[in-house]
Amino acid sequence: MRSSRDWEAPSAGARFAAWAGIAFLHVPVAIIVLYAFTTEDRSYDFPPPGLTLRWFALAFERSDIWAAMRLSIGVASLATAAALVLGTLAAFALARSRIRGKNALTLLFVLPIALPGIITGIALLAAMKLVGVEPSFWTIVAGHATFCMVIVYNNVVARLRRLPQSWIEASMDLGADSWQTFRRIVLPQVATALLAGGMLAFALSFDEIIVTIFTSGHQQTLPIWFFNELFRPRDRPITNVVAVLVIAVTLVPILLAYYLTRPATERD
Amino acid sequence: MAAAAFATASRPLRAASTFFFRRQALAVYLLLVPPLLWFGTVYLGSLFALLAQSFYAIDEFTATVVPRLTLKTYAQLLTQPANLDIVLRTSEMAIAVTIAAAVVAFPIANYMARYARGRMKAFFYVAVMLPMWTSYLVKVYAWRLILAKEGILSWCLGALGLDGALAALLRAPGIGGPSLSSSYLGMFIVFVYMWLPYMILPVAAALERVPANLLSASADLGARPSQTFWRVMLPLAMPGVAAGSIFTFSLTLGDYIIPSVVGAPGYFIGMMVYQQQGTAGNIPLAAAFSVVPIVLIGIYLALARRAGAFDAL
Repeated sequence: MRSSRDWEAPSAGARFAAWAGIAFLHVPVAIIVLYAFTTEDRSYDFPPPGLTLRWFALAFERSDIWAAMRLSIGVASLATAAALVLGTLAAFALARSRIRGKNALTLLFVLPIALPGIITGIALLAAMKLVGVEPSFWTIVAGHATFCMVIVYNNVVARLRRLPQSWIEASMDLGADSWQTFRRIVLPQVATALLAGGMLAFALSFDEIIVTIFTSGHQQTLPIWFFNELFRPRDRPITNVVAVLVIAVTLVPILLAYYLTRPATERD
Repeated sequence: MAAAAFATASRPLRAASTFFFRRQALAVYLLLVPPLLWFGTVYLGSLFALLAQSFYAIDEFTATVVPRLTLKTYAQLLTQPANLDIVLRTSEMAIAVTIAAAVVAFPIANYMARYARGRMKAFFYVAVMLPMWTSYLVKVYAWRLILAKEGILSWCLGALGLDGALAALLRAPGIGGPSLSSSYLGMFIVFVYMWLPYMILPVAAALERVPANLLSASADLGARPSQTFWRVMLPLAMPGVAAGSIFTFSLTLGDYIIPSVVGAPGYFIGMMVYQQQGTAGNIPLAAAFSVVPIVLIGIYLALARRAGAFDAL
């Protein structure tokens, strides 16, 4: 006799598989963090012979890393700003409307993340070659803004669709005009989605390499610095430290974005 | 004072707001103008430029692009066996990675969607999202360290006394190589790792919506757990798997960094695009090569749509 309880408690195997999967996802990142502190600077012997903070001090003095970091932050800030404006407008337009061609537009706005990044990259490059635009800081920003917009759009559209229409009706019934309803009901609800979308867009842009390689000239963003180091390793310990820095810089906005958009069931 | 100032300052806003509230269609079109202008020129314009470039060809003597429409580049792509090999190899890898990601993702998604509660559920979602958003390059770099000849994985296997098994696996034809970091097997592991969260999240979303009483009903009617899994749970989770597979398939098709860092000898589509536009300077061939994943993904999306993948996105 089989009872429904079989489906209520996980078997030991199911529990083990789930935790093993989570471990699989985290071990590589943990290893990178560990290697940033190793005293060994040539090979990747495991386990590390000793731990030190020396490489952080050395990386701190490198001007090329600081320059790459500044460039990446500049690109990410501008791309995020553009994405916030464009993505929010698109989300407000398409969240509830029933205009003709809405499905086509919705598909169009997710295309940059549905197609592989290399297509966005080579397409931008092909267009730059045809029009005669030289790669620069601004071509990197333009490329990033295009896929960052999708992130903002997705976040805001999801929140707008979850906003109960009855709240807006109630506000108007109670005598608020459309502006007051927008300012006091819609905007506060959307604000956290905007913030979360912006954070994710920033993290995505800060870390982007696939499109950036095609749209940058001699500019070296932090991912490009890292990419060069992958193929021509010169300072392995410094690379390890930069890896940890990149993880740290992207971790904060991602955790904040999650906190701002977590479902109501998890707020206990 | 302040309130009065606020009132006067926002009067035009109020008027505009009321105006557009009454003409919602107009408001929608006006809102769409800036994003569409941007998308139309920068993104769609670029895609058309890409398509146009793929119909140009390179002059063999001067090595410059001749801006005249021709099918020469596509003929070169589709008739040279080496190029067809690249397309085939990339597609095989994308399919293998998609299947493996679905198999590995399912137990994790199942546990987080149906068993974990409250804080534990939140923990699982964060634990899947964090590695997904962690720097792509850092993860590739980590795997290079793990798979290297004297790296962590071979150390662990050695400590477990399994180095013989690894050597046997690397001798296997087709997937093997001198070390894990230069074999298709290693590349496959890295791909599965990289795209796993993209599979877990949609599958979990689909499983969250499976009513528990359907599974109880199946058990009450005498189905074994395996029967309930194959006949009830998997069909209901399928839209999620299809949605996740769009990511795993598409991301594998276009990637050029993983095949070049965890390098097996054979070329992949992404590497070909990268190399043709860079060192070879043959933008038309690079463009034609990048049309291949677009076509493959189009076919895949059509199939996924039939499986109901878009209901779970």
